[in-house]
Amino acid sequence: MASVDRELRDKIPTFEKAGTQAAEVGNWSSAASTLSILKGGRDATLIAITAIIVFGGAELLLRLLEVPTYIAPTPSQVVWALIADFPHIGPHIGYTLIELVTGFAIGASIGFVLAAVITQFPLVEKIVAPYILLLVTTPMLALVPLLILKFGFGFTPRIIAVALASGPMVMINAATGFRRTDLAKIALARSFGASTLQIFLKIRIPMAMPMVIVGLMIGSIFGLLTAVGAEMVGGSFGLGNRLTYYSSLIQMPQFFACILVLAIIGISIYVFFFWVGKKWASWES
Amino acid sequence: MSQNGQPKLAVANASKFYDTGTGKVHALDDFSMEVQEGELACLLGPSGCGKSTLLWAMAGLHGLSAGEIRLDGRPVTRPNPQIAMVFQEANLLPWRNLIKNIELPFEIRGQRPDQARIDALLAEVGLAGFESKMPRELSGGMQQRASIVRALSVDPSLLLMDEPFGALDAFTRDEMNLLIQQIWMETKKTVVFITHNIAEAVFLADRVFVMSARPGRLARIFEIDLPRPRGLEVLMAPHFIELVGEIKGSIDHKPQVQAA
Ligand SMILES: Nc1ncnc2c1ncn2[C@@H]1O[C@H](COP(=O)(O)OP(=O)(O)O)[C@@H](O)[C@H]1O
Ligand SMILES: [Mg+2]
Repeated sequence: MASVDRELRDKIPTFEKAGTQAAEVGNWSSAASTLSILKGGRDATLIAITAIIVFGGAELLLRLLEVPTYIAPTPSQVVWALIADFPHIGPHIGYTLIELVTGFAIGASIGFVLAAVITQFPLVEKIVAPYILLLVTTPMLALVPLLILKFGFGFTPRIIAVALASGPMVMINAATGFRRTDLAKIALARSFGASTLQIFLKIRIPMAMPMVIVGLMIGSIFGLLTAVGAEMVGGSFGLGNRLTYYSSLIQMPQFFACILVLAIIGISIYVFFFWVGKKWASWES
Repeated sequence: MSQNGQPKLAVANASKFYDTGTGKVHALDDFSMEVQEGELACLLGPSGCGKSTLLWAMAGLHGLSAGEIRLDGRPVTRPNPQIAMVFQEANLLPWRNLIKNIELPFEIRGQRPDQARIDALLAEVGLAGFESKMPRELSGGMQQRASIVRALSVDPSLLLMDEPFGALDAFTRDEMNLLIQQIWMETKKTVVFITHNIAEAVFLADRVFVMSARPGRLARIFEIDLPRPRGLEVLMAPHFIELVGEIKGSIDHKPQVQAA
């Protein structure tokens, strides 16, 4: 069968071994297994107990040693600061999320479409691949000062930075997914009269889905990092900006409250895409 | 034979070369055969002799370098709704459950699934009640049954099967062969069945078309006159064993270098 597949390859543009062997930054099963550790009833209790020991221990230790708040606030102080100062911190969470969601939506859509199209044309893929690699490996944060110069201190430069950071991540993973399409499955669809578009929608996209989801997960995390970094570079709003602000005032509980929020956002992204993967990519594991 | 006497499927002087990086591979050489309406024909040959190449051309999945294939007198150059194919190793889409896999051809053709037909077929192959199972939850035999249902659900007049049971264990394979015979006797579809297993070919076929090693040529045709329905006890019958021996003897075993 495999040998005849080779023949089909002449007819349908395919992508095996075309372009760079894109860095498979992560794969679904490893991401899944990390989170599945958190599952399972009996283990949950153990994890909860450990968490209580860690945070309770930190609380106790910091109090016993009388570590000054400006060096390290206790966990309870951080939580309290988050609650008490939420009216001040809350809007900034919103700003950061706006940048993240908008930039990610733009970057991920472009990355997905580019991956889908480019993998159809091995030559184009070969030509474009180095630039994509450049985008993936260069920290997009480096561009932020330039973007600010051009677009000012508003949302625009940050959204662009987020899109530039997440797009290539989505693209490179999605391309890996699109490249590995199984030719016997394409032949199957064709034998029932499927058009190129139908083959794309019914075979190639579902086949690529597990890798696309990995790309979305990694891309959104990179987007979050870039959003916060861009906020630290310039402008007067967003969680990253608050980090600079609170640290300059040595308001450590508030500072750590912002970090806590960022951690929660990051974990939520992870959990969200884990769930999406369970729903759309579980056939693979 | 159809009314006007023409065969259901006619392969005339089919040749095929594959262009590879290292030169041309001659996969099929001046191959001709005719299959009559309602016949169960088995194509038998060693692996790499060009069986799949021929079957894919019959399905309109790829072209020939020379020669022609006609279905009901009309040339086959692209996939045809009258032809359905069953692939090796079931070839189910792993992200779709069983019923969604079976509905795929209807989806592609923009038709509403023939529910009554699908239900009847599922019941016949013993898959009723498994509609919502994912492929990985099914055994190899069940997966191949599902793919047979998928192919038959669109009511093709020609069924092409490419070593469908090659990956199954011997017991499941016997079962599947009985099932194929049963379905074929009920529907009287024209079937071209590829195998490299002589006993399987003799058990199933009306006629066995033996192919030579690559480049694939038609070596001989054997009429299998065993009465139907054939039960598994046929496998022990002297005439069966005689036929198997005769076919085995007809295959020349000169040493050869084979790709794939
Ligand atoms: N796309 C291809 N490119 C080059 N050689 C091929 C291709 N497809 C099949 N072949 C070669 O053609 C011969 C016949 O292949 P195939 O039809 O798959 O044989 P079979 O199905 O009988 O095992 C084999 O030697 C195989 O290696
Ligand atoms: Mg084959």
